[in-house]
Amino acid sequence: MDSISAQSSPIARLSPDELEAPPLTLRQLAWRRFRRHKMAMFGGIVLILLFIYSIGGSFFFTEGYANYTQTELRLQPPSAAHPFGTDTVGRDALARTIYGGQISILIGLAAVIIETLMGILIGAAAGYYGGMIDSILMRFTEAMLNIPELFLLIVMAKNFGGKIPNITLFGREFSGSVVVIIIIIGLTSWMYLARIVRAEFLSIKENDFILAARATGTPNSQIIFQHILPNSIAPIVVSATLGVANAILSEAYISFLGLGVQPPTATWGNMLDRANNYLETAPWLWFVPGAFILLTVLSINFLGDGLRDALDPRSRTI
Amino acid sequence: MMVASSKNKLIEISDLMTRFHTPEGTVYAVNGISYNLDVAETLAVVGESGCGKSVSMLSILGLIPTPPGEIAGGTAFYKGNDLLKMNDIDLEHIRGKEIAMIFQDPMTSLNPVLTIGKQITEAIRIHCNLDKNKANKRAIELLEWVGIPDAKNRLGDYPHQFSGGMRQRVMIAMALSCEPSLLIADEPTTALDVTIQAQIVELVKRLREQLGMAIIWITHDLGVVAGLADRVIVMYAGYIVEEAKVDDIYEHPLHPYTIALLNALPRVDRRRENRLKSIPGAPPNLLVEPHGCPFAPRCEFVTNQCRTENPKLVSINDQHRVACWVNILERGNDNGRE
Repeated sequence: MDSISAQSSPIARLSPDELEAPPLTLRQLAWRRFRRHKMAMFGGIVLILLFIYSIGGSFFFTEGYANYTQTELRLQPPSAAHPFGTDTVGRDALARTIYGGQISILIGLAAVIIETLMGILIGAAAGYYGGMIDSILMRFTEAMLNIPELFLLIVMAKNFGGKIPNITLFGREFSGSVVVIIIIIGLTSWMYLARIVRAEFLSIKENDFILAARATGTPNSQIIFQHILPNSIAPIVVSATLGVANAILSEAYISFLGLGVQPPTATWGNMLDRANNYLETAPWLWFVPGAFILLTVLSINFLGDGLRDALDPRSRTI
Repeated sequence: MMVASSKNKLIEISDLMTRFHTPEGTVYAVNGISYNLDVAETLAVVGESGCGKSVSMLSILGLIPTPPGEIAGGTAFYKGNDLLKMNDIDLEHIRGKEIAMIFQDPMTSLNPVLTIGKQITEAIRIHCNLDKNKANKRAIELLEWVGIPDAKNRLGDYPHQFSGGMRQRVMIAMALSCEPSLLIADEPTTALDVTIQAQIVELVKRLREQLGMAIIWITHDLGVVAGLADRVIVMYAGYIVEEAKVDDIYEHPLHPYTIALLNALPRVDRRRENRLKSIPGAPPNLLVEPHGCPFAPRCEFVTNQCRTENPKLVSINDQHRVACWVNILERGNDNGRE
């Protein structure tokens, strides 16, 4: 009987190693799920293109050109010389979207780093230690949540604006207001993340492997950062991704109100400043930066959605 | 009353009491237990689920979450220091280095997102001050000790790439990384199938010889105990009801609960016509402050005194202690045996 089956089926002649495909790692599984998410792939590609646009564009135009005012050429509609037109003081909108994009992306990423650090530290301490520490930290978080974020942003921007001198970095001079905006956005947006991290910690710390780690004498700090944090990384990554979109939007709000990044440094947000006076007479003023903001935020949200599905360990899709 | 001279004592626990304050009321989990353990001795702690076996072990290592838990009293001297009075930092140096613990379910006791190598070297690096290379070498050596083939290449693997038995071996390797004086094994074979159980028991026996460590083996399987332990403690509802040398427990069980446990165990040397006896009823509700003997409602020898007064643990001879009102000698030693 053995010889019959061994001859008739080619599978029977394979060694066990050849029969069994190596198991996929968690990372491979996540990538496979992410690739299936069409919108997320679209978002990811658009973001890469936007990145190339704002970094690569600076090889074609200097920042001096982007900030160069020619009042006699103000409010020019799109043309061959100025594909996106010119603004209220005659600066080239195309060059400004390039340099503005750099600042907007920088603000988005840097603010999220601050947001994530604060969210993780506060959420982890509250969730892991519990008791009094949890109560105090969470009441503080709720208090911060109860103040409308826009209001906080405006008050802080008004108080701290202009107090930080200009900074030179990567051979570029940044307006001090960029740093102020990054810090303000970071400090006003960590609350949701802190709550997510706390909830994750509350459930993960009850696992047997945490008890096992404690029984091996692992100090608390190591349990928090090496054992629990890597287990809760998925929701943190998703939340941070969406946080970039929110930070770019927040920057646009306050820059639009004239409290954000100060000209001549361009951002997509402050390019909208005063465009509201020319809604009909010069629509390119708001359409171009508006489209960039919209595209970026939309793409990030798609990306976050895809990451949420891909990184969710409970997801059954393979 | 003490079984051996106190010179060789590794750990001496007396009157340990642990309670949990829950919304439903206070849970009396451990109610004043006392025992001790010699250097390189193996002690088995047996009893049904929820009778305080694990909680008493977690209590002495300071691993009970407080609140809701509370160590309501007692002392636990380990090499002359009271573990219950130590602060967290000092306890961290004891845990894993002096006293190591392995747990019931190897499927959930390893961190799923860290590699095996990372988890083993962690313990080594915390306690032994080794650099990364030496810790890795040590980890490979440990994995070979516990019988994991191709140890060198498996350090980078994640727990889900190991089977249950292999994971328990990894847990044992982690626990032994600093050659502890005491290994607490909390039902390490319960979640494994029988052949793997036997392998793990053999492995622990071999490592015990090599390292000369003491073992506290928590289990509800008296079959595992026979070939492994020197002494047995039987726990019920947070009390120690009987303590004896392992042979005494099997040959002259004195407490009705021990007798009932043994009668519920299949044995090769017993006639097949005798059915296994189950113990009627369920373990007591630990939410009620105990009065009377906790086993009284399920005991076939129950007297009026049993229902009102809880018997103290008394010595029958210098190696055998039992907590029961019923006159044991009158009952005869082989009362439970058919």
